[in-house]
Amino acid sequence: MKNHVLRPLFVVVGLVVIVLLIRPFYVPKDFGVHERGYMYGWYREGNIEDWKKVTVKYQGKEYCKACHEDKVNTTDRTPHAIIQCENCHGPAMEHPSDPPKLAIDKSREQCLRCHSKLVYPSSGRAKLRGIDPENHNPGIECVMCHNPHKPSLEGLK
Amino acid sequence: MISRRDLLKNTAKAVAGISVPLAALEILTPARVQALKTDKAVRWAFLVDTYKCVGCGLCVKACKNENEIPYDANVTRTWVERYVLTKDGRFFADSPKGARDGFISSKIDLGKGNYQDIKQEEIKKAFFVPKLCNQCENPPCVQVCPVGATYQAPDGVVLVDRTWCIGCGYCIMACPYGVRFFHPVHHTAEKCNFCYHRITKGMKSACVQACPFGARQIGNIKDPNDPVAKTITTERVGILKSEYGTKPQVYYIGLDEEVR
Repeated sequence: MKNHVLRPLFVVVGLVVIVLLIRPFYVPKDFGVHERGYMYGWYREGNIEDWKKVTVKYQGKEYCKACHEDKVNTTDRTPHAIIQCENCHGPAMEHPSDPPKLAIDKSREQCLRCHSKLVYPSSGRAKLRGIDPENHNPGIECVMCHNPHKPSLEGLK
Repeated sequence: MISRRDLLKNTAKAVAGISVPLAALEILTPARVQALKTDKAVRWAFLVDTYKCVGCGLCVKACKNENEIPYDANVTRTWVERYVLTKDGRFFADSPKGARDGFISSKIDLGKGNYQDIKQEEIKKAFFVPKLCNQCENPPCVQVCPVGATYQAPDGVVLVDRTWCIGCGYCIMACPYGVRFFHPVHHTAEKCNFCYHRITKGMKSACVQACPFGARQIGNIKDPNDPVAKTITTERVGILKSEYGTKPQVYYIGLDEEVR
């Protein structure tokens, strides 16, 4: 066969050899077919551990209670007991070391998430006490009058 | 000369010996047995009660913060849809910003800056439906991945290997539920993974913890004493798009035929 026909063939064969040589070093040892077979279980096993290592940001009410027991006990006697502290106070992360202070969401929009009246039958929303945001003191923060830790009308400031 | 008795004896012995599989001769350490047992003992499943959902969107807010999805980018791992059906047969559904800020207005977002206000007396039924990755038993997104970057972990959760993903987007196209998107920072495929870093530490997913009304629950469907598993296996629950054969593992209480 003529040389100009063979030359590209050598190039292709050379490339295949190079790829095969690099492959064992480049592909991690734990990459391969696992429990669920090639269709669903072809992956790098170490990635499962990578995902487990992601840092937790929302710690939950019990974490807050360790220091702020008085606040938690106060809200626990109100209908707002079902709300996590971090829903308004933001994710605790490593508080109090990092961050030392949490940014509290006191916005009107935060309260309206639940308390903007929407009469939706067959949804829990219809049973919540709500206001019409366009007529009930528009533009004013709810926390000017209402105390979210004592949401009953007796708790008005 | 071999007797008939010996021939039959030896044949029986040989057949018995050959029929013992190699696996039966493997000596298992107690640690290995425990690992096999525990791996099989977990299969995460999700339960959504649409009657309890009020559309506050605190789940979406918590999810975006917990999983570092850029807060103002219009992508999210979980979202809440609003369905409104009127007495004269009209049907509306919206999810502005994935309900990150909840539903605070009765105006339906029609897109492109158009809104439709539905009067209270016109409404036949209206409700909210939280959506998230279904962690399918037969995930089509995993089938189509050409590089093995997305896969099903032994406990059923479908994960994405960010170091391995080439960003081809096949999985985003393949998901019938539209739960996948490109992460604006990592530029790889992104999806809900039931907060894998939390559930493997014994915590609840961020959305489950944030929900004040118990509309979202997560549990181990292989544990017969798990309250979520009990509800899924003994009560009437629905799944989304069963016709695709993906066997989704997010179960819904109170699904309506309009919900897709």
